Amino acid sequence: MQNAIDHIVCGAAICKFYTDETLFTVIEFQHVNKWYGSLHVLRDIQLKIERGEVVVVCGPSGSGKSTLIRCINRLEPIQSGEILVDGRQLSDPRLDLRALRTEIGFVFQQFNLYPHMTALHNITLAPMKVKGLARAEAEKFALALLERVGMQDKAGAYPANLSGGQQQRVAIARALAMQPKIMLFDEPTSALDPEMINEVLEVMTNLAKEGMTMAVVTHEMGFARQVAHRVIFMDEGQLIEQESPETFFKAPKSPRTKLFLSKILSH
Amino acid sequence: MDFSVIANNFSFLISQGLLGFGKFTGGTLRLAIPAIILGFILGIFIGLGRLARSGWVRVPATAYVEFFRGVPLVMVIFWFWFVIPVLLGVPLPEYTVALAAFVVFEAAYLGEIIRAGIQSVPRGQVEAATATGLTSVQTMRHIILPQALKNMIPALVTQFIVLFKDTSLASIIGYVDLTKAAQIVNNREIRPFELYLFIAMVYWLCTYGMSRYARYLERRLSHA
Ligand SMILES: Nc1ncnc2c1ncn2[C@@H]1O[C@H](COP(=O)(O)OP(=O)(O)O)[C@@H](O)[C@H]1O
Ligand SMILES: [Mg+2]
Repeated sequence: MQNAIDHIVCGAAICKFYTDETLFTVIEFQHVNKWYGSLHVLRDIQLKIERGEVVVVCGPSGSGKSTLIRCINRLEPIQSGEILVDGRQLSDPRLDLRALRTEIGFVFQQFNLYPHMTALHNITLAPMKVKGLARAEAEKFALALLERVGMQDKAGAYPANLSGGQQQRVAIARALAMQPKIMLFDEPTSALDPEMINEVLEVMTNLAKEGMTMAVVTHEMGFARQVAHRVIFMDEGQLIEQESPETFFKAPKSPRTKLFLSKILSH
Repeated sequence: MDFSVIANNFSFLISQGLLGFGKFTGGTLRLAIPAIILGFILGIFIGLGRLARSGWVRVPATAYVEFFRGVPLVMVIFWFWFVIPVLLGVPLPEYTVALAAFVVFEAAYLGEIIRAGIQSVPRGQVEAATATGLTSVQTMRHIILPQALKNMIPALVTQFIVLFKDTSLASIIGYVDLTKAAQIVNNREIRPFELYLFIAMVYWLCTYGMSRYARYLERRLSHA
């Protein structure tokens, strides 16, 4: 037991060293603008996310948080500016978008598991079809991932027979199956009953400890405080504030942030 | 009432009329089964075409649907029988004409059912597949179509039943299907009540079998 703990602590230390010493920008927004018709949803966004960094994005509903992270794997196109992922420009016509997407795991608010496939098959599909893994190999890896999210007993279950929290954990395992370098979460716990929120946050916390680069849209301020390296407040398509969690919660600069925090922290 | 007419002509009615073995070109199932399969395959292309982003695909697919839904089936059969051979310069056999007419006509209806089925799959499914790097063809094949097909089963089976019964229209070009076979026997024996009651029962058994099978499929495919 002691050995195992040593190992984990040591692993975390190495990871910390790594991120501190080799600051490397994996996601960069350069003056990004996006419109839906005449609605200006992203306004001159400038943002850098470093390797191993956990960034929490919060803000009122409709402020553009989902749009912001959906642009990173180009689920949504942008109209001006540039987004770089691992130094590659998303606007580059020679970019292998599919290959890039396999490096970015995405977790949705509504889980979006494939209802006609078992939990295991949900996870093995992309590794088999995209990476060309053999079934046995893909299943072995999928089972290991299910174990990592505490769902090894439910490999053969269909999504309809899983609780929301269980579905979201399977969805995280599915995203991890492509061995992404970056994980994006769009309100991963917002569709969950309160008693299931923690089991999902726990999985995410472990991922963060392992050094995964993460951008998380969430209103779970406990998670933001404990896990995030940086908290971003977004309002009306603009990044209003980017701070360390300590500063963000203790001394927010913008009145809009203060107002938002007073609303969500009061209940 | 004398049902011996059925017993005496049973093999003609069933093997010639229903199955299509005999000296005449005919057979209800021999026409209906390939027509359902081929019509469905063409329908998938029409349905996908209706949803295509490119106008070069979408507009012709839409025109196809609107056109064939707007004309009577009998007319389509007559075209294939009278007009196409003239254009091609060769006569076409009854079976080819009947099959082609049904496939082309039914694909319009089936295409619409398939389009609606595809649109019934939530957008999030496509996004999840896209985000893991699946191509749009893989997404269609592994994610959208399996779910869409399950949603489509009731509407598809209704259409298959309609098609199955409509095959009796092929008799207008001399195709000896079940209805035509009964008519031939009746012309000789004048036993309309018994004969038409019998073939009604055969039609009903076939369609009832189809709807039972559909219900079984629907249940087997639901994981709720
Ligand atoms: N596909 C879309 N088409 C048109 N408007 C959209 C679309 N998606 C989002 N919007 C609008 O863009 C704004 C930002 O949306 P979103 O990024 O989902 O906000 P958030 O995730 O912060 O709630 C909202 O006003 C929303 O109504
Ligand atoms: Mg959102």
